[in-house]
Amino acid sequence: MDAILLQILNGLDKGSAYALIALGLTLIFGTLGVVNFAHGALFMIGAFCAVTLQRILNLSFELVDETQKDFLGNPLKVKTPYVEAWFGPDIGGSIIDWAVPLAILFAIPIMIGVGYVMERGLIKHFYKRPHADQILVTFGLAIVLQEVVKYFYGANPIQTPAPDALNGVVNLGAAIGMDIVYPVWRVVYFFFAVLIIGGIFSFLQFTTFGMVVRAGMADRETVGLLGINIDRRFTIMFGIAAAVAGLAGVMYTPINSPNYHMGMDFLVLSFVVVVVGGMGSLPGAVLAGFLLGVLESFASMNEVKSLLPGIDQIIIYVVAIIILLTRPRGLMGRKGVMEE
Amino acid sequence: MFGLDKKDTSKLIIVACLALLAPFILNPFPTDSALAQFNAGYPDLMQRFVIFGIFAIGFNILFGLTGYLSFGHAAFLGVGSYSAVWMFKLIGMNVIPAIVLSVIVAGLFALLIGFVSLRRSGIYFSILTLAFAQMSFNLAYSVLTPITNGETGLQLTLEDPRILGVSATADGSIPVTNLFGLEMRSTFEMAVGPWAFQFNAGYYLCALIMLAAFYLSIRIFRSPFGMMLRAVKSNQQRMNYTGLNTRPYTLAAFVISGMYAGLAGGLMASMDPLAGAERMQWTASGEVVLMTILGGAGTLIGPVLGAGFIKYFENIFSKINDNVLHTWFSFLPDGMEDAVVFIIHPFIGKGWHLTLGILFMLVVIFLPGGLVEGGQRIKGWLSRRKSKDGGKAAGETNPAE
Amino acid sequence: MSNFNASRRRVLKTGAIAGAGVALPTIFTASSAAAFTNEPTGSSVTLGFNVPQTGPYADEGADELRAYELAVEHLNGGGDGGMMNTFSSKALQGNGILGKKVEYVTGDTQTKSDAARASAKSMIEKDGAVMITGGSSSGVAIAVQGLCQEAGVIFMAGLTHSNDTTGKDKKANGFRHFFNGYMSGAALAPVLKNLYGTDRVAYHLTADYTWGWTQEESIAAATEALGWQTVNKVRTPLAATDFSSYIAPVLNSGADVLVLNHYGGNMVNSLTNAVQFGLREKVVNGKNFEIVVPLYSRLMAKGAGENVKGIHGSTNWHWTLQDEGSMAFVKSFGTKYGFPPSQAAHTCYVQTLLYADAVERAGSFNPCAVAEALEGFEFDGMGNGPTLYRAEDHQCFKDVLVVRGKENPTSEFDLLEVVEVTPRAQVEYAPDHPMFAGGNLGSCNPGA
Repeated sequence: MDAILLQILNGLDKGSAYALIALGLTLIFGTLGVVNFAHGALFMIGAFCAVTLQRILNLSFELVDETQKDFLGNPLKVKTPYVEAWFGPDIGGSIIDWAVPLAILFAIPIMIGVGYVMERGLIKHFYKRPHADQILVTFGLAIVLQEVVKYFYGANPIQTPAPDALNGVVNLGAAIGMDIVYPVWRVVYFFFAVLIIGGIFSFLQFTTFGMVVRAGMADRETVGLLGINIDRRFTIMFGIAAAVAGLAGVMYTPINSPNYHMGMDFLVLSFVVVVVGGMGSLPGAVLAGFLLGVLESFASMNEVKSLLPGIDQIIIYVVAIIILLTRPRGLMGRKGVMEE
Repeated sequence: MFGLDKKDTSKLIIVACLALLAPFILNPFPTDSALAQFNAGYPDLMQRFVIFGIFAIGFNILFGLTGYLSFGHAAFLGVGSYSAVWMFKLIGMNVIPAIVLSVIVAGLFALLIGFVSLRRSGIYFSILTLAFAQMSFNLAYSVLTPITNGETGLQLTLEDPRILGVSATADGSIPVTNLFGLEMRSTFEMAVGPWAFQFNAGYYLCALIMLAAFYLSIRIFRSPFGMMLRAVKSNQQRMNYTGLNTRPYTLAAFVISGMYAGLAGGLMASMDPLAGAERMQWTASGEVVLMTILGGAGTLIGPVLGAGFIKYFENIFSKINDNVLHTWFSFLPDGMEDAVVFIIHPFIGKGWHLTLGILFMLVVIFLPGGLVEGGQRIKGWLSRRKSKDGGKAAGETNPAE
Repeated sequence: MSNFNASRRRVLKTGAIAGAGVALPTIFTASSAAAFTNEPTGSSVTLGFNVPQTGPYADEGADELRAYELAVEHLNGGGDGGMMNTFSSKALQGNGILGKKVEYVTGDTQTKSDAARASAKSMIEKDGAVMITGGSSSGVAIAVQGLCQEAGVIFMAGLTHSNDTTGKDKKANGFRHFFNGYMSGAALAPVLKNLYGTDRVAYHLTADYTWGWTQEESIAAATEALGWQTVNKVRTPLAATDFSSYIAPVLNSGADVLVLNHYGGNMVNSLTNAVQFGLREKVVNGKNFEIVVPLYSRLMAKGAGENVKGIHGSTNWHWTLQDEGSMAFVKSFGTKYGFPPSQAAHTCYVQTLLYADAVERAGSFNPCAVAEALEGFEFDGMGNGPTLYRAEDHQCFKDVLVVRGKENPTSEFDLLEVVEVTPRAQVEYAPDHPMFAGGNLGSCNPGA
C-alpha cells in the first residue's frame, strides 16, 4: 500500500512537469495554430535561467592564499563570492542557497521576453505556412538555442541544488499513521505546478482578456471581425506559454541537474501528452500529463515489470496508442483541430 | 523514354548523371589543397547520400502526395537493417537476399503499423506512428537485445553459421558483403593530376537502385494512383462523400514508402554490415522529415537534395577542427588569423549542429518551397536575364527602322 | 599550427604527376600496391581521433581531444614530453613516429554506433588514417572496433568499460587500455567489505543496455562472493531522466546498500534522486544505508555536486595520483589547458603513446606488426603501475583505483579522493572467464 501511494506521488510529480510543458504547448497550438518544436527548448532555457542566476550570485573575486597549493603546485586562488563579501557570509550564503526560488523572479521577465521575441520575430511569419514548415523552422530554432546554451555551459549536467531548508524529506503519511517519506522539494514542485495551472485557468476563465483569448481560440476570424486586436493578445499568450515552460524548467533543476539537451528529452513526451489530451484542450493536456506520469510510475514497479518485462520503456506509447484508437481525438480534443 | 514525358525524362537523366558521375562531382578540389576538406567523394559518404536519398524519396511518396506526416519511418529503416544483417549472419554474404528480405519485412511491418495508424489523421496519425517507432527503438535497445544486440548494434561474428557461405575466410576474418563475388567495398582509385577519384562497387549498386527507386517514384507521381493520393491530400472528406474509400490508397502509399525505407535499411547494412538501434529513434524519423521538407516536399528531386544536404553537414562539417581552420587562414597575419578562427570556431567541429540549425531556419524562411525552390529561383533569374538580353537586342534593332 | 593533409593521397598524387596527368588506375583491394591499408609513404602519418563532440558525452569527448592534441604535440617533439619521459619503453624519440610527423583528423561519434562508424570510415577512406582511437561508450567502441577489424587498421579504444569490448566482442585489431566491469567489481569488493562488513543486502539499479548488464553482473558476483545478498536487480530505461519511481521501492525493500550501475547523465540523475529520497540518512537492519557507484567519472560527478560526498566507486585513473608518470601528465596537461585531465583524457593519451611506441618497436605501421608489438607488452610509468597488454584478449592489466567523493573539496576539480590502489594481481582473471567467454579474437587484418 505504501509503495502504491509512493508511486502515485511520484507519478503526480512527473505529471506536474509533463502537464506544465504540455499546457504551454497547447496554448500555442490552440491560440496560434503553430506546431512549436522549440517548446522543449523553452523549458531548457528556463532551467538555465536558474543556472545563470546561480552563477551570477557566485561571481567571485580571487585572493591568493600562499599557504595552499593548487594542482600544479602554484599558490591556490581562494574564491569568495561578491554577495558574501557584501552581505556577510550568513546573509550572502543564504541568498546563494536560495538561488533556485529566486530564479523564478529572474526567469519570468526573461521568458516572457524570449517568448515575445520568438513570436514577433519568427513564428508570426509562419501562421499561414504549412505545419511542415513550422516544424522545420521551430526545430531549427530549438537546435540553435540548445547549441548556444551548450557553447556557454558545456554538455555535462550542472548541479543546482534546492535551498537547504527544502532539501530534506518529509513524512507525508504521518497524519494518517503511515510511513510515506517523500522529498520536500518534490512536494513543493507539485504544489507549484498546481498553482500555475490554476492561475492559467482562472486567468482564461475570469478575466476579460482571457475571455477574448478563448473566443479567439474558438473562432479567430469572427473575433477579428469584431474589431478586437486578437493578434496582440495571442502574442501575449505566447509569452505566457513560454513563461510557464520556463518556470517548469526553473523549478525542475533541483530534481535533475539540467543539461543542454533536457528540452529535447521532454519534447517528444510533451507532444504525446498534448495529443493524448486532445488537440486544443487545456484541461485535456493537464489531465493527460498527470495520467501518463502516474502510469509511467506504476509501470516501473518491480511487480509490474516482472509480469511484463520492459513495460516501463514503452508504457507511455502503449497508453497513447490505446487512447488514440479508442478516442479518436484524444481525451478531450476538439473536432477539426490539426486533423488534416 | 521509359513511358515518361519529356520533362520527367530530363529529370531522370539529370539525376542519373549526378549519381553516376558523383565521384567526380563530389571531389572538386585537388586532394592536396586546403579545400580538400570539403570533398565528399569517398565511398562511405556517397553511399549515404544515395541511401538516404532512397529513404527520403520513399517518405515523400507518403508525405508529399497524401500529406500524412509519419514520425516513425525510421522504424522501417531499422527493421530493414536488422533483417539484412540477420541474412548475412544466417544465409551468406550475398547482398541480394538480404536486400529482398529487408524490403519484404519492412513492408509487412509497415502494413501492420499503417493499418492501425491510418485510422486517424493529422497530428493524431503522426503521434501514433511516433509511438510505434519509439516502442520499437526502446525495445530494440533493451528487451529485444537477443535479436538486436541492443546498444552495440547487430554485428557479424566469426561464429555465424552462414549456411550458404563460410563462417570465416581462410585467413580467419569475417567475409565481406558481395554481389555474386563482387565485393561491395572494392574501390577503384583513379588519379588524374592532383585529383584522386574513388569508384566504389557498393556505391554504384546503391546508385543504380536509387535510380530505379527514383524512376518508380516518378511513375507513381504521374499515375492515376498518384492522382488519387493527391486528391486525398487536398480534400479527403470530399473523397469519402463521393463514396470512395480512401483507406486502401493511403495504406498502399504507406506500405510502399515503408518498403523504400526498408530498402534503404537493407542497403545500409549491405554497405556496412551493422544495424544499430539508434536508426529507429525519433531523431532518425525526424531527420527524414527534415530532409524532405528541406529539399521540398511533394517535389521529385527535393528529398534527394535534402538528404544530401543534411548528410553533407553531418559528415563534412563535423570533421573540421581548429587545426584545419588555422591551415586555411595561415595566410592572414597572426592576430587576424586567430580572430577569424575564433569567429568561425563555434560553427564547425562540435558546432556542426548549430550550423545545421541555422541553415534549417534560413532555408525555410527564405525558400518556402525548400531547396528546389531555390533552384527554380536561380533558373528563373537566369532565364529572366536571358529574356531581358533578348529584349534589349530587339530594342536596339528597333530604331534602325 | 601543423599542416593537415591526407598523406596517402599526396603520394598518389606525386606518382600520378609523373605520368603527366595521365590517369593512373590503382586498385586498392585484392591485389594492391600497398602492403596494408593506408600505408603511410610520405613524410607524415595520419591518426584518426573519433570522439563524441555532440550529445551527452560531448564534454568528455572534448577532454579526450585535448589529450590527443597533447599526445601529438609530445610525439612530434613539442612541449615538455609529458609521459614520454616516464614511460619505461624508450623507443619514442620525439621525432614523430618512425620519423614521420604525426598529423591527425577528428570526427564526431555522436555516441551512436552508426554515426561513429560513418566518421571512422571517412577517416579511413578519405583521410588515410592508419589508426582510429577514442570514444566514450562501449557500444561505440565495439562498433568501431568491428569496423577497424574489417578495414584493416588498428583501433585503440578510448573510454569503454563493458566486459564485452575485450570479451565476447574482442577483435584482433582492437586494444583496450581502460579497465572493465569485472575489474571494478574485483577492486571494489574488498574495500566494501572493510567498510560495510560482510552482512549486507544490496539492491541494484542498472541502465538497461549491454554495459549496464555486464557491470551489474560483475559487481553482483563480486559482492555476493563477500557474503552479501542481492535482493533485487532492476533495469532502468536509458532514456529515463527521473529515477524517483525506481528509487522509491528501494525504501521498503529491506536493502541496506544501493548499487547504481549507471554512467554519465543516468548516474548523475539516479544518484541525485537517491539522495533526495533521504537514502543516505536511512538506517536499515541497524546499519547505515550506503550507496555505491561502481564506475565513477569525475567530469560527470561534478553534475551531482554535493551528492557524491562519501560515496565509493572505482576509476581507471585520477589526477591526484603521486607517481612520476601521472604527475608528468597532469603537469603538461594542466599547463596547456589550465585544469587537470580526466580519466578519459588519460586513457586516450596513454593509448596514443602506446600505439606510437609499438610502431617504433615493430619498425612498421603494419597493423599485424603493431599488434604483435603490443601483445604481451609490459610497461610502466604511465600512471597505473606496471601494466601488461595481455595477448589473449588485448586487455590491459594494471592497478585499479577505488575512490570516494571528497567531503571537503579544495577546488572544483578536487571531487574524488583515492581510497585504495587495488593491485593488479587482485583484478586479474583468466581469458576464458565466463563473463568474457564466447568471443574470438580472430586473426589480425592488415587490409589491402
